[in-house]
Amino acid sequence: MSLKLSEPAVEILSANKIYANGYQALLAVNLTIQEGEFVTLLGPSGCGKSTLLKMIAGLLSPSDGRILLWRKPINQLHETSRKISFVFQSPTLMPWANVRKNVSLPLELSGTPKHLIADRVSEALELVGLSSFQNALPRALSGGMQMRVSIARGLVTQPDLLLMDEPFGALDEITRHKLDEDLLSLWAQKKLTVIFVTHSIHESVFLSNRVVMMAARPGQIVQEFNIDEPYPRTQRFMVSNNFMHHAQSLQTSLLLASQKEGVA
Amino acid sequence: MMSENSSTNWTERMQAVSWRKYFSPLLIGLIILGLWQMMVVIMELPPYLVPSPILMFKTLIKDWLTLALALWTTVKITLLAFGLATLLGTLISFLFVQSPLLEMALFPYAVLLQVTPIVAIAPLIIIWVKDVTFSMVLCASLVALFPMISNTTLGLKSIEPDLMNYFKLNQATRWQILTRLRIPSALPYFFGGLRISSGLALIGAVVAEFVAGTGGTGSGLAYQILQAGFQLNIPRMFAALLLISLTGVALFLSMAWISQKALGGWHSSEIQSE
Repeated sequence: MSLKLSEPAVEILSANKIYANGYQALLAVNLTIQEGEFVTLLGPSGCGKSTLLKMIAGLLSPSDGRILLWRKPINQLHETSRKISFVFQSPTLMPWANVRKNVSLPLELSGTPKHLIADRVSEALELVGLSSFQNALPRALSGGMQMRVSIARGLVTQPDLLLMDEPFGALDEITRHKLDEDLLSLWAQKKLTVIFVTHSIHESVFLSNRVVMMAARPGQIVQEFNIDEPYPRTQRFMVSNNFMHHAQSLQTSLLLASQKEGVA
Repeated sequence: MMSENSSTNWTERMQAVSWRKYFSPLLIGLIILGLWQMMVVIMELPPYLVPSPILMFKTLIKDWLTLALALWTTVKITLLAFGLATLLGTLISFLFVQSPLLEMALFPYAVLLQVTPIVAIAPLIIIWVKDVTFSMVLCASLVALFPMISNTTLGLKSIEPDLMNYFKLNQATRWQILTRLRIPSALPYFFGGLRISSGLALIGAVVAEFVAGTGGTGSGLAYQILQAGFQLNIPRMFAALLLISLTGVALFLSMAWISQKALGGWHSSEIQSE
């Protein structure tokens, strides 16, 4: 496997999370994600998958253990010249700013020169197919289009690691499939590392190299699955026997995990 | 049934021209004026008790010079007070948001200021402050200040948590968060504050004029009302009252207009339903 030769992008070293009120959101997690991998964190609500993602992004700090990005803690990430991007569950756009201004936000915040911003924003908008909507306000767009703007904003900084927290969870199935496909082609094109949180088994099988199955109360990793299927994956893959097979084993594991939860 | 039918048609047509918004309140106003005129005529009410609307408008024209001068004084005080309250209120909110400790320490006093009736403090202010106009401006801005503080502070804090997270992820500075996130998020609340404060500034100005007028100084509309009351010149009292109300309405409408212009594109409170 060529993936194993590359550098680890993310190393989670027995990181856990206990909130101030004593609630154990996440048992100690050990997980290594290689550069260029597409990994989904799959599990029911309350399994700590979002917590884990936010810890990787540095939005939450682990109560114990360490998280390294390119072998550096998050606060030294700037030494590696690597960039991370985060796409939230909701589009989190600025309602007062048009599409173009929303996408250029991270570049403006980091003080990127103006002439570079224009080109990069145009490129990102083209990637998500929204070039003709650059002057529209978010409220004029559909939910799916708003999510694309959010993804364009995530890509405009040319990140090495893209963290996505159930980005398509609120969208209808057809739009979601479309965006899943688009995301895969972006991932291949840009050689990104993606960590994708979802509660959909089908979405996780369709997208990822590897599925990390999590369970709740307390949040923990229960099993990992490799989805050794070739890319590019299309809608046809979704109706193949292999797809069903993967989905079934994930389903069984998820069932087992929730049964265990019931006993505990 | 015939009339109901034709009235539906009529309403539909009005809707098509979208005049309803202006026409319906105007119609109510005219009906009230008509009823009022009728009552005065039928019940033969003397003008020193209830003047008819026609007499009120006649007086308004006859005494226009006096009343216009008074109107100008009141409007001047109101606008100065409103401006001062807006400026101070916004500054204080910015301080509150930058330092929660400051907010904790000072907010109770802002409330104290708000709950103390202005009529009770106005005499003191008018005694302490030499300049009459300034003392009245001060009174009126005290009344108008609190909604500006509370609304703007609330607005500056009302940020979508994940949008805030996004700014933090991108290492945004405090200044960037303030100018690019907090201020735009606060605008709808700020304009809400403006609407309330503009009306309160007028009320504050009128109260201050009353207090000052009782002491024998003043020239605004409230002073005119006071004087007209002493002279039992009730028609002039009504004319002055009308001017005060119209000033309040004008203030409200202009604030609504500004808010619509500023937020029309994006904030749900100002988006016209289609």
